[in-house]
Amino acid sequence: MKALRNYLDKIKPNFEEGGKLAMFRSVFEGFETFLFVPNTTSKSGVHIHDYIDSKRTMTVVIIALLPALLFGMYNVGYQHNLAVGADPGFLMTFIFGFLAVLPKIIVSYVVGLGIEFAVAQVKKEEIQEGFLVSGILIPMIVPVDTPLWMIAVATAFAVVFAKEVFGGTGYNVFNVALVTRAFLFFAYPAAMSGDQVFVRTADTFGIGGGQVVDGFSGATPLGQVAIAGKDMIGSFQAVDVLGHPISTWDMFLGLIPGSIGETSVLAILIGAVILLFTKIASWKTMVSVFVGGAVMSLIFNMIGTTVAMCVSPLDQLFLGGFAFGAVFMATDPVTSARTETGKYIYGFLVGAMAIIIRALNPGYPEGMMLAILLMNVFAPLIDYYVVEANINRRLKRVIK
Amino acid sequence: MANVIKIKKGLDINLKGKASDVLLNGGKSDSYAIVPDHYNGIVPKVVAKVGEKVKAGSVLMIDKNRPEIKFVSPVSGEVTAVNRGEKRKVLSVVVKPEAQVEYEDFGKKNVASLKREEVKEAILQAGMWPFIKQRPYDIVASPADEPRDIFVSAFYSAPLAPNFDFIVKGQEADFQAGLDALAKLTDGKVYVGIRKGSSVSVKGVETVEVEGPHPAANVGVQINHIKPINKGEVVWTVNPADVIIIGRLFNKGVADFGRLVVITGSETTERGYIKTIAGCTISSLVDGKIMNGNEDIRIISGNVLSGTKVMKDDYLGAYDNQITVIPEGDETHDFLGWATPGFGKFSVSHSFPAWLMGKNKEYVIDARIKGGKRAMIMSNEYDKVFPMDIMPEYLLKAIIAFDIDKMENLGIYEVAPEDFALCEFVDTSKLEIQKIVRQGLDLLYKEMN
Repeated sequence: MKALRNYLDKIKPNFEEGGKLAMFRSVFEGFETFLFVPNTTSKSGVHIHDYIDSKRTMTVVIIALLPALLFGMYNVGYQHNLAVGADPGFLMTFIFGFLAVLPKIIVSYVVGLGIEFAVAQVKKEEIQEGFLVSGILIPMIVPVDTPLWMIAVATAFAVVFAKEVFGGTGYNVFNVALVTRAFLFFAYPAAMSGDQVFVRTADTFGIGGGQVVDGFSGATPLGQVAIAGKDMIGSFQAVDVLGHPISTWDMFLGLIPGSIGETSVLAILIGAVILLFTKIASWKTMVSVFVGGAVMSLIFNMIGTTVAMCVSPLDQLFLGGFAFGAVFMATDPVTSARTETGKYIYGFLVGAMAIIIRALNPGYPEGMMLAILLMNVFAPLIDYYVVEANINRRLKRVIK
Repeated sequence: MANVIKIKKGLDINLKGKASDVLLNGGKSDSYAIVPDHYNGIVPKVVAKVGEKVKAGSVLMIDKNRPEIKFVSPVSGEVTAVNRGEKRKVLSVVVKPEAQVEYEDFGKKNVASLKREEVKEAILQAGMWPFIKQRPYDIVASPADEPRDIFVSAFYSAPLAPNFDFIVKGQEADFQAGLDALAKLTDGKVYVGIRKGSSVSVKGVETVEVEGPHPAANVGVQINHIKPINKGEVVWTVNPADVIIIGRLFNKGVADFGRLVVITGSETTERGYIKTIAGCTISSLVDGKIMNGNEDIRIISGNVLSGTKVMKDDYLGAYDNQITVIPEGDETHDFLGWATPGFGKFSVSHSFPAWLMGKNKEYVIDARIKGGKRAMIMSNEYDKVFPMDIMPEYLLKAIIAFDIDKMENLGIYEVAPEDFALCEFVDTSKLEIQKIVRQGLDLLYKEMN
């Protein structure tokens, strides 16, 4: 490590103001702080600092995302195998999915980080690591057959217009990954929904592929719910790609079609445990989202005039992006409510709103994305009232 | 039955280098100084001339705006320098001591028989007024004010902080006299916060038993729990060790600034208490007690959370009775520190294994910031170490935006920078929070006066 350190110290002057490579200063600094924790010491205030920093925080979130990501890769291969009626074994199944997902991760990182590096250079700031998490979230919340160029365009749009124009990491109003997803959804609706995009039937880099089996349908369970007619109330049954019925247990394990990282509630819960144990995500937000979703589903169950209203609370929470959104998106500290009381309200409304959109909007089977984006807007308002309550309580002291 | 306050939020940082209750040699300083920067809210005007002979208690400097506030020489000798910096700013007024301290005679007084104005006059004359600080603004109090109450926290809870029970031993009468004098200055009460299980006992004041982790001993926290400050109210606070010095003035009739300073920290070889006089040089306290051959150290006048970085030829902080020596750490290059497990690194976050090690493990923590400065990202970090009915994050944002209404409503008048020290320690975004608060208080003071 000494040699590496010496090398960095040797080339460092080139990147400083007036150096030959000054235009890459932020990039150099980014890599330097990536390799070595900065050795700057405190100038004012406390003389000692906790070892936690935002790189560590983001790293933990990425680790928490890994189970869902790895499971998602396997599931991509698994769904493909079902579709073409092949069984190449566990390893090949995973490799198929891995190769299908990896380009998306690379594209999202290259585009997003490229913009971040450029902005940091122009603003003469350090490169901030917020996009490390957004960059891995983006591939996990899109269907497997989303074209790479769309991901590139949407990522660029989200990073510039949802984050950098607001001031960068820590100042954004909307969750960057969800803005990417929303941009894709509204700009390219055909590539984002329906029964053609969630299961890859073609080959990946020459691996897999083949004739699609008879009776194949790539619709997600929520997609099936959305198109089910009123006559199916009571008799509706979600099915897998081959038409076999799927149980709540299947939904929990996650071997069903859906966006890449969202299907397995089990893998997501492992991530949730990591986030809650390290206290990086707030349990208040997370639990409130599930409670909000469950309460709203029960209310719709009682009304029960369409198939979408009759989906049981447990199925609602297990299907689609609900669990993924609750664990990884709603808990984003920057865009969610920041006060402790506010987190209960924010979480509950996210959960409730997601189910309302699912049940009442026939054109759009999934509600989580819009629910969180909508509540991102309201989070500052919720916090405002919580802070006002504190102010009023403090003012009452004077009168007492 | 005494009142009891239980502090739940907070954090005790278990640092290596605790001092035991022993007296060490040292403390003979070859110069003593008054340093204006140690005091907040004053404009220094030097009245002593270089070459002048002074006694302990002779006036060296006054506050330009409130000339009745005097700063006196802690020892007798000759004024050797008035050091000035840019724009002729006074940096220090230095006195070279004589072998035997000669005191100005202020006359022994029985506090009980004195009127308020007489007590005030005595403290002002002997140059002990700057020990009295006020909230709001955390500045040297104004003698013209009538404080609602006066608060003294009679213990310390910061990392490696001195043991007040040891400091007060043998000086109980002076401590009591100091409290009696303070009681004369207010129509309200004098509240004394005492650590649960402490042997300190005082009469004639409201005692409050306090338990819990740091910042339990911060007087601001105690005020917030006992009787919070509202807009328009003024309360005064005095450090317990300074109450002893005020008491001595009445009991002995002299300005005796002698105090005990505790030497602590992982980079010291000898730890304990040194009997010295306020305004002494740092080298008189630490020479021979710092690990040999180690240049990469940081000496702090005060504790690691709210103290000031000093050099050996600087002077002990006016309110400080602690020296902490820690590694500087700027030669440490931590390879991939954000990704490695990080055994032996102290963090309140469970993303480091420190929570596995138990509460008794002692840590050596250097002065590195250990990360890059960011915008506020994580929420609820500050609240966990901020035991007041105040929302620290929102108050800080109001200060940064300098929104006066919001600052008032969110409690700016109740806080001092030290109350935010733990927030700064745990902050993932590495913001200079105490600096933000200090600047906010100074700006607000200017705006309001």
